[in-house]
Amino acid sequence: MISLTSPVRTRAHDWPAGAKIAGLCVASVVLFAAPSVAVQTMAACGVLVLYALPGRAFFVHGLLRLWPLWPFVAVLILWHLAIAAPREGAVIVLRMLSAVGLANLVTMTTTLAAMMDVVNRLLRPFARLGVNLRAIELAAAMVIRFTPVLAQKGGALALSWRARSRRLAGWRVIVPFLVLALDDAEHVAEALRARGGFEGDGQR
Amino acid sequence: MNTERNVAQIALFTALIAALGLIPQLTLAFGVPITAQSLGVMLCGTVLGARRGCYAALLFVGLVALGLPLLAGGRGGLGLFTAPTAGFLIGFPAAALVTGLMTERLGSMSIGWAAGIAAALGGILVLYIFGIGGLALVLGRSVPEAALLVTAFIPGDIIKAVLAGLITAALYRARPHAVMSRG
Repeated sequence: MISLTSPVRTRAHDWPAGAKIAGLCVASVVLFAAPSVAVQTMAACGVLVLYALPGRAFFVHGLLRLWPLWPFVAVLILWHLAIAAPREGAVIVLRMLSAVGLANLVTMTTTLAAMMDVVNRLLRPFARLGVNLRAIELAAAMVIRFTPVLAQKGGALALSWRARSRRLAGWRVIVPFLVLALDDAEHVAEALRARGGFEGDGQR
Repeated sequence: MNTERNVAQIALFTALIAALGLIPQLTLAFGVPITAQSLGVMLCGTVLGARRGCYAALLFVGLVALGLPLLAGGRGGLGLFTAPTAGFLIGFPAAALVTGLMTERLGSMSIGWAAGIAAALGGILVLYIFGIGGLALVLGRSVPEAALLVTAFIPGDIIKAVLAGLITAALYRARPHAVMSRG
């Protein structure tokens, strides 16, 4: 599966993932606590500079990922023009764009493996409380493996529906899709069990 | 004892939520221009039950946060958690939990009705409480103003709750043991 990490290699790719996430948390809190237009404008410009540093491809790709926010930007602008509070509107729009932009930046410069490491470290204290880390890891890996498989099988179901009917496959096709997923789960569970499963995990 | 089966079912349902967002042919009936992804969350609760359903939704949200493009349209990453719609995503596990709990509690009702009502309570009421909260926070609006923004999506979600009931009932006929909310 394609992850959302940017193929354009940046210096931030080498920074520790934990530090980037902690920084993002701090930055988000600060952004939401700062009510002044000047601060928000500076922050937004700062984010733009960060996107521009790794080069044109990274910049364009990064900004395109902010595009889904346009309906919110439009609603906020219209709203604040209507109630004649443009400054407040500017603060909210800039804050939203910077917060999402920064968070995307962390995702774009951090590999899935590095993220997994952070999660593992965060969850480790809970292992003593009975949280099965190996099960979580395995489940995550299985989702990555099975999402394209299920998408393909679901697509095939929809296609075979169309071969038999002139109408589009609607919700009805979800029933065989669910049956298929549950049967797959049964096979996977058997396969896991056959390979030793989670037995003895309690001792480790 | 059944850890393997639980893990496999949770993982497969997480993959199912993702797959429902990836298959373009699976746009819902009546020309509803929305994905089946939140339907997937409802089904987690009605089929897997409260506990496993919640875990599946939690795994889904976690993997999205890690940067996997599992949301409809291939979206993912931490940006979604600071976006205006973050509440809807963060609310997925709670929605699946409440849907599962309600399906289990309404055990005396026929499975279709129980699942439909549970899906409406968990997948609409609970999910919208989270979603509207997030919108109000990020957009700096009051809660009623934020609620106004999403009213257009409620009819589509009611259709999805009805479908969750119909699908769960059909699944109960096909694989009675698979509907674990009716253990």
